[in-house]
Amino acid sequence: MTVHTLRIDGIDVAGTDGQSILSVASESGIPIPTMCHLDGLSDTGSCRLCVVEIAGSKKLAPACTTAVAEGMEVTTTSDQLVEYRRTITEMLFVERNHICAICVANNHCELQNLAEDLQVDHFELPVINPSVGIDATHPLFAIDHNRCIMCVRCVRVCDEIEGAKTWSVMGSGINERVVTDMGEPWGDSTTCTSCGKCVQVCPTGALYEKGRSIAEGSKERRPFLPYLQMLGGEGGR
Amino acid sequence: MSGIAAQQGHGPGGAPRASAYVCEAVSCLSARSHDITVGLGEAVAEAGLTDVAIQRVGCIGLCAAGPLVRIPETGRLFRQVRPDDLAEIVDALATVSPGAGREVEDTFFASQLRIATENFGQIDPERLEDYVERGGYEGLRTILAERSPAEVRDEIARSGLRGRGGAGYPTGLKWNTVAKADGAPKYVICNADEGDPGAFMDRDILESDPHRVLEGMAIAAFAIGASVGYVYCRGEYPLVVDRVRKAIRDANRAGYLGASIMDTKFDFDVEVRLGAGAYVCGEETALIASIEGGRGTPTPRPPYPAVAGLWDRPTLINNVETFANVAPIIRRGGDWFASIGTAASKGTKVFALAGRVVNTGIVEVPMGTTLRKIVFDIGGGIVGGRAFKAVQTGGPAGGCIPGQFLDMPVDYESLLEVGSFMGSGGMIVMDDTACMVNVTRFFMDFMREESCGKCVPCRVGTTQLWMILDSIASGEADLGDLERIEKLAAMVQRTSLCGLGQGAPNPIFSTLRYFRDEYVAHITDRVCPAGVCSIDAEVAVG
Repeated sequence: MTVHTLRIDGIDVAGTDGQSILSVASESGIPIPTMCHLDGLSDTGSCRLCVVEIAGSKKLAPACTTAVAEGMEVTTTSDQLVEYRRTITEMLFVERNHICAICVANNHCELQNLAEDLQVDHFELPVINPSVGIDATHPLFAIDHNRCIMCVRCVRVCDEIEGAKTWSVMGSGINERVVTDMGEPWGDSTTCTSCGKCVQVCPTGALYEKGRSIAEGSKERRPFLPYLQMLGGEGGR
Repeated sequence: MSGIAAQQGHGPGGAPRASAYVCEAVSCLSARSHDITVGLGEAVAEAGLTDVAIQRVGCIGLCAAGPLVRIPETGRLFRQVRPDDLAEIVDALATVSPGAGREVEDTFFASQLRIATENFGQIDPERLEDYVERGGYEGLRTILAERSPAEVRDEIARSGLRGRGGAGYPTGLKWNTVAKADGAPKYVICNADEGDPGAFMDRDILESDPHRVLEGMAIAAFAIGASVGYVYCRGEYPLVVDRVRKAIRDANRAGYLGASIMDTKFDFDVEVRLGAGAYVCGEETALIASIEGGRGTPTPRPPYPAVAGLWDRPTLINNVETFANVAPIIRRGGDWFASIGTAASKGTKVFALAGRVVNTGIVEVPMGTTLRKIVFDIGGGIVGGRAFKAVQTGGPAGGCIPGQFLDMPVDYESLLEVGSFMGSGGMIVMDDTACMVNVTRFFMDFMREESCGKCVPCRVGTTQLWMILDSIASGEADLGDLERIEKLAAMVQRTSLCGLGQGAPNPIFSTLRYFRDEYVAHITDRVCPAGVCSIDAEVAVG
């Protein structure tokens, strides 16, 4: 296997052929914020939080889908990048209706943590405030689209790990939504195995188990999801 | 479209003495030009003119004056032909004699140089024989008999041809990359998902001369080692789909496509794939996803389609107009093509002239022609003699070029310099009745609608940019919003996943650069200088 040496934030690191910048950085203890990425699932490069600068390229590159190359010089943090990441975080908050105080994921939310890490404490961008619904037709789980950030981890885990392909994406642009069985109510789904993986990988309170109160903080994501490590594909490296 | 008696009056063995070419591309068709074809056929028969042919042809170019009828023997052009004008045309046909002089060509036609559109208005797009008669498939025959794939790629590289879809990537380099990429089979895709508002060049090329594009694709397939090709066509172009499908059938039957083309070992099959109306599917990775049967959303590049494209195989994607230039280059040589145009932009460019210009239609001019020549000489100036304000090029990701640059040569580099971009070739001319804030809002509304929603900056950013533009146009914004929109636009441009999001803020940058005073007028004076935006006095007081 070919090994490349490169420099990330001035630190000399080594990565294998095809390994992503994100993966090499995390092995080397260099933090890069992510949201759509989850070890064990394929990468889509869609949240754009992990964009980094590569010397010699005018374009920003997503660390999750960009493979390392020999002699690459990567900068993961600059004033500009931090500014962009703060704006992306702000966008994720204002595109739907996030109210932490009444959310099952309060204090266990990856979006909330991200905002804290990047010190996003107020919004300047126009608030979109769409009218989106809740699907609580499934006996065990529910989805509150107000809290969904379209990371599509649920779509990927259902496809790549469980193999049920219950979740998919419908609509486009700001009207994009994750849907079960091409838009049928979740409770009527004939493909859903009720395995709960989508709920476990959801970074926010969008997907949650029914029957628990907010105070219980029922959304704490399990620190270790063995199926992602054991069955996960390329993205998990 | 099928089964019409397009050709009449051919005597047994002998060319007609005179002919009338009736434009049956979609613009003239929508003005009922097919009725003219049928009516002329009847009128000619009634007048007993047996040595006259009435022929359906592709786009004649001057869409503004359709339906168009041309008498090729004299060059006489009849504009806006109505059923009561038929007698006049029949009279003209009756008096055509072999020695008759030609009419002086209109500036609209005289100032153009036609390569990609050389058969426009000359052939029946649904007749393979017409294309072959004008040198069609000669290029393919030559390379199959005499050239190696590498020689063909060299010829294209020598021509300096660059991608006509917008970005201007060198075509020869792209062909070489795909040819050298590991993996088989390889694919050729023709991107006919033309979606820019005001752009109709590719539609017209495929409607008027579909075989030319198929020949270009076949030559490309030979050059890169592919045996399967797809025409990814916009679903909203039913006439294009019909004509391309017929062209593929005819070419297969005649042995110009399919297995063992012209009795060589070269096989090339072409199929049509239809887009379902998503603008983003013009982006090559989204286009590939759509052909594969998936959701048409882009994926990060690299890997580029040249290395891992359709079904993860090396794939060549070129635009319709790029393929339309291939056969002439092979027939007449790369050096000939390279002698036309400017130092870095070779050949010609087809533009769709639209908006407040007298001669709306399809024009083809050498690269480096000035905007003034295109808009005023060929385009005939502004409708009603009003003042020119700007010309918008490059589609919704392009920019608005103001009057001070009218003498600028139009090529890839010059357009970038003034903050616009070649794009596929749409040119929307605006006069002093256009409000640039409103125009920008329109384009952002388009992008917001067409964003696929995959990446956050484009999904949320285009909507937010539109919201700010809307508040400016409604007189509800403050000067801080101007700063906010610039900052947000830069962020969306830098961080979006594909060209749609990266290009979406361009209209904002270019209008702020040249028409900032109009934004300020909306904000501080709460007035729309062009009188387009309705600013509610009640709201404005706040």
